Amino acid sequence: MTGSTAIRVETLSKTFDTAAVLHDLSLDVRAGELLALLGPSGSGKTTLLRIIAGLDFPDRGRIVFGAEDATRLPVQQRAVGFVFQHYALFKHMTVADNIAYGLNARKRADRPGKSEIKRRVGDLLDLIKLSGFADRYPSQLSGGQRQRIALARALAVEPRVLLLDEPFGALDAQVRKDLRRWLREIHDRTGQTTIFVTHDQDEALELSDRVAVLAKGRLEQIGTPDEVQEAPVSSTVLKFLGDTIEVEAIAQGGEVRVEGRLTPVTAPAGLVGPVKLYARPWQLQFAESHEAHLHGTVRSSYRSQGRQRIEVDRPEGKTVVVEASDTARLPAGRAVGLRILAGHVFAG
Amino acid sequence: MPPPLRPRRRFRQPSVIPGFGLTLGYTLTCLGLIVLLPLAALVVRASGLGLSGIWEVATDPRVASALRVSFGVSALAALTASVFGFLVAWVLTRYEFPGRRIVDAVVDLPFALPTAVAGIALASLYAPNGLVGAQLAKLGIEAAYTPLGIFIAMVFIGLPFAVRTVQPLIVEIDREIEEASATLGAGRIQTLTRVVLPPLIPAVLTGFALAFARGVGEYGSIIFIAGNLPYVSEIAPLLIVIKLSEFDYGGACAIATIMLGISFVTLLVINLIQAWSRRRFGYV
Repeated sequence: MTGSTAIRVETLSKTFDTAAVLHDLSLDVRAGELLALLGPSGSGKTTLLRIIAGLDFPDRGRIVFGAEDATRLPVQQRAVGFVFQHYALFKHMTVADNIAYGLNARKRADRPGKSEIKRRVGDLLDLIKLSGFADRYPSQLSGGQRQRIALARALAVEPRVLLLDEPFGALDAQVRKDLRRWLREIHDRTGQTTIFVTHDQDEALELSDRVAVLAKGRLEQIGTPDEVQEAPVSSTVLKFLGDTIEVEAIAQGGEVRVEGRLTPVTAPAGLVGPVKLYARPWQLQFAESHEAHLHGTVRSSYRSQGRQRIEVDRPEGKTVVVEASDTARLPAGRAVGLRILAGHVFAG
Repeated sequence: MPPPLRPRRRFRQPSVIPGFGLTLGYTLTCLGLIVLLPLAALVVRASGLGLSGIWEVATDPRVASALRVSFGVSALAALTASVFGFLVAWVLTRYEFPGRRIVDAVVDLPFALPTAVAGIALASLYAPNGLVGAQLAKLGIEAAYTPLGIFIAMVFIGLPFAVRTVQPLIVEIDREIEEASATLGAGRIQTLTRVVLPPLIPAVLTGFALAFARGVGEYGSIIFIAGNLPYVSEIAPLLIVIKLSEFDYGGACAIATIMLGISFVTLLVINLIQAWSRRRFGYV
């Protein structure tokens, strides 16, 4: 199913006023995949999505849909489905009219018959599990229900690609979780090529087939969730994907030492001298002083979901957060040693 | 054990702001003294003529024609003001251009100008020897001293109402719904007529009602440009003034009561349409 390129983004650049938001960004979207555009705010991810949709236009570069150059194609002719963060439903129309809008907007020759439209709307309402809601108005629905209507409305026109701009951003945590799972289900069922924008790494890692990490208008890395987590190409990607502890280290001949002590981390060939070692909170372990890479005193700790998170003050003033299994609690003020079990190194 | 708390008065909502009693009392007193009392006096005075007397006044050809002019031209003028007021409001909110704020302020001038001043200005402009009137005369159009003149004056005074009622709603339009419509394949005209305009209908109707009411009641800015020819360009408020100057208080009150009745029914109908459209296209 996933394979051929559905959308090709070629050396896209975009400047707003004087601030560049996209620099020579290139990206391939495969047919049938669920691609996450992940990045902090200001990384250009929403602009990229809007350019693909035809709601914004690039200064340079091309957008190719299949074999067709769509760079100058107006939004109406792109056949994309766009879902906005704040739903953007038509408040004066019923749910059914909202979903049917794209079909009713077609030229008479392409427009399905009334009964056909009604049937399609019914099918979509079944798909989003809101069958009884056809005659309600958007104001009578909850946020999660509205976003599902917005998705059905976008799917109704059978778009070449479905574009979602922070689709769960305005919803509360529990609804967001449910909708994520549900979106994944819908995607698995329809095989619709989908791109969604998010700044939430959990969301991107849970939902997507591939994640494209953007920072400052550039594509940092694109790969499966496993690839970007196991082999981040830069410290930017690494840091954006979760909490990290940053440690000064020395690399030589592939070996990495922290405070003179060898770590299990290997340095890529060619990386020699002072480097930065990045470890996740669970890639550290409490250890006896003579085995430890780092030393410090416990500042505080708390327990959550079966894990214990401990803040440790290091002598040079930095605080690191360590995650450990929820066993013995460490009192504040206790001197501890930490051993690095794994991590990644990048040039400092 | 303390007694259970019982609300003291049912219609009084707990609030952090004091003064429910005082403000409600004030509201009712004002409404009574300033609005209802004069209207009641008017009706009482007119009822001195009896129903047949009022009917006689209403069917008097001169009165009937004045009422037709007043209400007919007001409706046309309010319609025109609504259409152009909408455009003005749209341009002022949607586009950035030099002088936008000045234009925005100018819209309010008809509110602030003494109506007589406006009337004289309009009359001198549209008179056959005036700046605009001379050009119109070449085309064979007489504006001053005809119903067309009344129409112009009423559009002038009605426009700010039409602009100011829709403007805040145009500001609030979510641009994303326009983009959503476009991504779904709708053209610009479709987006405008099916997505953007319907939610504005109640506000446009409000603007129409206000402009209409103002037009019906307008006196100062009209009499100078109208020419006040009986049966042609005489408005009902002028007729009331004429009756008053002839000490025919009963007759004046009768015309006033008829106007009151027609206005009341008209506004009621507009309100009903509004309530319906709010339900239909509503911004809930």
